[in-house]
Amino acid sequence: MRKGRLLALPAVVWLAVFFLLPIGFVFVLSFWERGTYGELIKSFTLQNFGRVFDPLYGRVLWETLKIAILTTVLCLIIGYPFAYTVTMVSKRRQSILLLLVTIPFWINFLVRSYAWIVILRSQGVVNTLLQKLGLIHEPLQLLYNTPAVVLGMVYTLLPFMILPVYVSLEQFDKQRLEAAYDLGATPWQAFWSITLPLTMPGVAAGSILVFVSSIGMFVVSDMMGGSKVSLLGNVIQNQFLGARDWPFGAALSFMLVLLSILLIYLYYKVVRRYSAAKGGEEV
Amino acid sequence: MKRALLAYSSFILLFLYIPLMILALYSFNDSRINAAWKGFTLHWYVDLFQNEAVIDAFWNSLLIALVTTAAATALGTLCALGLHTYKQRTRTMMSGLMYVPILVPDILMGLSMLLVFSQLHWELGKLTLIVAHITFSISFVVILLSARLASMGKKLQEAASDLGATPWQTFRYVTLPALLPGIISASLLTFTLSIDDFVISFFVSGPGSTTLPLYIYSMVKRGITPEINALSTILIGMVVILMILSEKFQTKGTDGRKGQLPF
Repeated sequence: MRKGRLLALPAVVWLAVFFLLPIGFVFVLSFWERGTYGELIKSFTLQNFGRVFDPLYGRVLWETLKIAILTTVLCLIIGYPFAYTVTMVSKRRQSILLLLVTIPFWINFLVRSYAWIVILRSQGVVNTLLQKLGLIHEPLQLLYNTPAVVLGMVYTLLPFMILPVYVSLEQFDKQRLEAAYDLGATPWQAFWSITLPLTMPGVAAGSILVFVSSIGMFVVSDMMGGSKVSLLGNVIQNQFLGARDWPFGAALSFMLVLLSILLIYLYYKVVRRYSAAKGGEEV
Repeated sequence: MKRALLAYSSFILLFLYIPLMILALYSFNDSRINAAWKGFTLHWYVDLFQNEAVIDAFWNSLLIALVTTAAATALGTLCALGLHTYKQRTRTMMSGLMYVPILVPDILMGLSMLLVFSQLHWELGKLTLIVAHITFSISFVVILLSARLASMGKKLQEAASDLGATPWQTFRYVTLPALLPGIISASLLTFTLSIDDFVISFFVSGPGSTTLPLYIYSMVKRGITPEINALSTILIGMVVILMILSEKFQTKGTDGRKGQLPF
């Protein structure tokens, strides 16, 4: 079966050409310059990165981080108890619940954000209902603001948190819990000192998936934030499809990648620390 | 405590599904302007099927998804089979690398391919869409099938060889039939990913290659109408059916283990 090894080649070559090469090119491009008509000029300049820290984009970066952190925390608070519940029911029900969580995950962000537009817009379900009930006379502005974007992000990214947390809850050694109970721990004590620390790798993985997805997101903010909420993803998208300043767009995307890599590195630190606490087992 | 958690979880499921249900419900509402319920109608669906742009987008999506599925499933299956013959360490490393395209933000994948296509002077259209869709699908196929191959073990293949089967016969009559449900599951997943993709398609599509999600986006930008609800409902329906089918095949003939997708 020596020849079998060659079977992997076409896919590997494909990914090298259409995945690695393009990503590498984004990196190179971030040092190039933009010509007057949006054409690309080969050079080596750091000015694109300098612009990233311009107050205008600094504010966008800050807004993006703020929304991403808020989204991650909310997903964790909402998702953890759900994942915990899934592990408490029978195996058959577990798979049904997991399927129910994964189905929305496969429906694209565009359609899922649109569903909220139907509900929240000024002639939407909520406003129509409240007006019929006579509770309000003028429609409330529920869309095109930061809370709407956070709602959309939490809604679309929640499965990213639930699934890894579920996996870690499913895998951790339940005997430790029994030991804690035998030693007289209350359920809360057992949860805080055993369950939560031992499921930290899942929490970290979920948080990273949510965080990384939300900093690169432009669909939800575009749909539910309108022109009011502009995030890093929207600015990048606009540099490529609107403003046609590709080198600057490349520099911004590169910052996005750096941020993501930094987080994944932190994730490995967390996993290491907690697996060391478990007696050096590999996680 | 358990009851409270169960109640809480039902609430979360409602939070996940109610918006989608409302979206679908209002595709049957006989009112163009607002959300007041004016009665049941199939009017918006009839409109869709008479709208040439929608029909075009549908055929584009279907063509792209079919070609993507065939190519990505073939490339991915071969790759998984190839990786399976590697030594444990190389295999672990390679399958780790296969996660990278899944973890990279869609926006970066889309714009990086746009860059390369424009440098190569490829005209943006169906071809660039197909290339992009194949690129993001391969990893999913490799990961699903690698897990399946790993769970199959080597006993069956060894038994076949002991009984005098040639490597080709072993593959044709032992490995392939055992792998088939996995291949079907992976191709259904690829088809879903392709037909449903918005972000990457947004960057690499050109005039005349609008797909269903791209068409929905342009409709939303022009104004909210019940036709968008109808089209979104059709898309959701397709994704749900395909995912349930894929799930069925994924666990078929194994001990219930599945490829760990990185959620």
